[in-house]
Amino acid sequence: MANAQGIGASVKRKEDRRFLLGKGQYTDDLTLPDQAHAVFVRSPYAHATIGKIDATAALAAPGVLAVLTGDDVAADGLGGIPCGWAVKNKDGSDMVEPPHPSLAQGKVRHVGDPVAMVIAESKAAAKAAAKLVDIDYDALPATGLLADAIQPDAPQVWEQAKGNVCFDWHIGDEAATDAAFAKAAHVVELDLVNNRVAPNAMEPRAANGHYDAASDNYTLYTTSQNPHLIRLLMAAFTLHVPEHKLRVVAPDVGGGFGSKIFHYAEELLVTWASRRVGRPVKWTAERSESFVTDAHGRDHISKARLAVDANGKFLGLRVHTYANMGAYLSTFAPAVPTYLYATLLSGPYDFPAIYAEVKAIFTNTVALDAYRGAGRPEATYLLERLVETAARQLKIDRVELRRRNLIKPEQFPYQTQVALQYDIGNYQATLDMALAAIKYDEFGARQAASAARGKLRGLGMSTYIEACGIAPSALVGALGARAGLYEAANVRVHPTGSVTVFTGTHSHGQGHETTFAQLIADRLGVSTDQVEVVHGDTDRIPFGMGTYGSRSASVGGSAIVKALDKIVDKGKKIAAHLLEASVGDIEFKDGAYRVVGTDRQKAFGEVAFAAYVPHNYPIETVEPGLEESAFYDPKNFTFPGGTHFVEVEVDPETGVVDVVDVAIADDVGVIINPMIVDGQAHGGLAQGIGQALYEEAVYDSDGQLSNGSYMSYCMPRAADLPMFKVGNHVTACTHNPLGIKGVGEVGAIGVPPAVINAVLDALAPLGVTDISMPATPEKVWRAIAAAKKGG
Amino acid sequence: MPTIRLRVNGKGHSIECSSSTLLVEALREHLRLTGTHVGCDTSQCGACTVHVDGRSVKSCTMLAVEAEGAELTTIEGLAKGSELHPMQAAFQECHGLQCGFCTPGMVMSATELVGRNQDPSESEIRHWLEGNLCRCTGYHNIVRAVQTCARTMRGGK
Repeated sequence: MANAQGIGASVKRKEDRRFLLGKGQYTDDLTLPDQAHAVFVRSPYAHATIGKIDATAALAAPGVLAVLTGDDVAADGLGGIPCGWAVKNKDGSDMVEPPHPSLAQGKVRHVGDPVAMVIAESKAAAKAAAKLVDIDYDALPATGLLADAIQPDAPQVWEQAKGNVCFDWHIGDEAATDAAFAKAAHVVELDLVNNRVAPNAMEPRAANGHYDAASDNYTLYTTSQNPHLIRLLMAAFTLHVPEHKLRVVAPDVGGGFGSKIFHYAEELLVTWASRRVGRPVKWTAERSESFVTDAHGRDHISKARLAVDANGKFLGLRVHTYANMGAYLSTFAPAVPTYLYATLLSGPYDFPAIYAEVKAIFTNTVALDAYRGAGRPEATYLLERLVETAARQLKIDRVELRRRNLIKPEQFPYQTQVALQYDIGNYQATLDMALAAIKYDEFGARQAASAARGKLRGLGMSTYIEACGIAPSALVGALGARAGLYEAANVRVHPTGSVTVFTGTHSHGQGHETTFAQLIADRLGVSTDQVEVVHGDTDRIPFGMGTYGSRSASVGGSAIVKALDKIVDKGKKIAAHLLEASVGDIEFKDGAYRVVGTDRQKAFGEVAFAAYVPHNYPIETVEPGLEESAFYDPKNFTFPGGTHFVEVEVDPETGVVDVVDVAIADDVGVIINPMIVDGQAHGGLAQGIGQALYEEAVYDSDGQLSNGSYMSYCMPRAADLPMFKVGNHVTACTHNPLGIKGVGEVGAIGVPPAVINAVLDALAPLGVTDISMPATPEKVWRAIAAAKKGG
Repeated sequence: MPTIRLRVNGKGHSIECSSSTLLVEALREHLRLTGTHVGCDTSQCGACTVHVDGRSVKSCTMLAVEAEGAELTTIEGLAKGSELHPMQAAFQECHGLQCGFCTPGMVMSATELVGRNQDPSESEIRHWLEGNLCRCTGYHNIVRAVQTCARTMRGGK
């Protein structure tokens, strides 16, 4: 390590102090002069036509400034909320892309669909007046469940989407896959549901719009993971004002997990409403509102078939999946069950043939989109449940079956049958690490000890792969993305040698203010105290695509490194002049420019000072100043992977599943800050275990969300989880300058099937062979009871 | 509107608010002490936890008028000047926070625990924090932070 604060050091976080002192600045913390407040009147129906909207009483209520409806939105020519990814059907035709008005136009299509916006002097006044808005609804038949929406007689969410099908897409070689199944010694079959979950970042979404009539400038403060994308979508599609007149600020953001990627109607509406009422307008979601308006995650119904030869070698995989889109297409919704799901179905395995079909389906529910892992958890759950089932049916040890099929280190780069090319990995190394960490060989003794206490102990595993840093732009454009997926950075060296970094990524818990400062420390030899990382403000940062898909370090960090290369190169020219040497003889090392082979040197700070006080300076050939920008467009995805083990103890009397041990080994590429990387894994594991055991957003068949609050939606609590054993084996990504792959989602991707496999391992002696997520005590108890009855 | 006198972080305040104003609203909206957060509407998440006469209380479950005469401490009042409280320092040391949103409530709740129990077990910590939700850390490093703080406050034993 060149620098004690550089790459590889667990530097304590720079951002912590303000959060610990209660001085973070989240969107709702900001109150602007003359602040007005908005509350939305939302549909209580999953599907209804809207008759008359009578706002007379609401407008007469104390403190009310305005009541705005879909008619006002239409009259002012605001655009609908756009979808950012267009998927093609099997036959090459376009997907059904229905309109998405920001305030309902004649119809509502899910509970929570906004119908009117009440603006008042205080939130309390707006809330009281919202109850007075009288809306005539004529309820229509609704379809609240994916399983119902695919039935022939299901109510139609959109007239133009026959059978509620948004798109019917496929990938892989069907004929080759059929041939593989024809020669298989065994075919393993599994039907699976991947449960619908609500993201639940602890900070509810909020937006504060401010129109300044004097300058004709708009400012939006919003809980976003990618403010530049929001500005782009508002400028081009929804608000229709040029980008130089719109500033979007995402200040401190209290977690995202994907749910704050998307452009939401409220962002547009508060900004527009500020122009209408001439005052800043703030809206903050209540948690029950978040449950019915934040994009949810997962919700797949799949059939999976695995063809295996007599030696346990995988020959082929065939998958059919229905994926719920909700009522409207959220920003990246179509990409999630296609290019982030089916392309991952080869997992870490060498598959000669794969064919997958995905039908995306509309329902009368809030939209679904990317949630921590986004498609990869669904692929991993399917594959790892299937592999585990194969091991049991074929009576091959679960570790041995995986070993026979894992891609070997010498096979990289490995071209899968579903479009992706993995650049590098060592799945055997992470498997071995995880086996040691869980003390695999001693499981039998632990199981016997549990049995002696009347408990059923089970061990479950998954070996997984995922894809991060979605790219390159040209490829994703060809696949339907309507945005580029590069990242931007600006590095500004100040005259006395301190540094400000402007990054287009956004930190909402990931610790960029520390890790990116470490990149600067590592390269320039300055202390992290001398570095400020700025993110989340379109007026300060040149451009950016934000943070999602574990891309910040691999893509955003690479953009910073490119800018640093330019800084170092320019510094060499300045140093050569100061040291009266040729540029080719100058090296930069440990924070100083040296004439190679001599002790003549200039500290980085001296060179920076000369750049801004160019008295003795190569002014004819080098511009003053030391500031560089870079854009980085990745050449490929990165491919983290690893092995996750989970050990559970099941109480056969109550069905309660106790997670007693979790040991994982991941390969996330080169690690900048091990402390932060471990923390990212922990958080992902908690969300993955949450999905497997506790969480499910339950809609009824009429489209009412049955558990839209923390009274009934089971969030993982401290006492539900154990300490986690996290290990890393590094193979460096081959195509980005830092060798980084990404860590933000590995826990949520790898662990859910390991949990369910552990539960099934515990219940196997009773004859239980299947259980769905979340494996609640009731579900486990019923499975045990049914097995006893059947047995 | 009635005038309510609140004593917060050692300072007296008079605020005009309705009798239905929640303590958390009085702190955030009237006194601009925005370190205390609101993460839910059912008193489940604990992001709004403050100390009322030394006991941790979810400030969304209490009316501002009920806090009259009490000694209130919010996250802004925990540090001594620029010196972090040992619990705050332990959260930084152990990476017990990520997005920071649940952190004030988590720190206030944990501080009461170590005040009552100088050597809490892992299980005691986890159960004490059941009323505080965190979505980022998986609680692993929060538990470590509380253990670290307890050790510091016992004098490193």
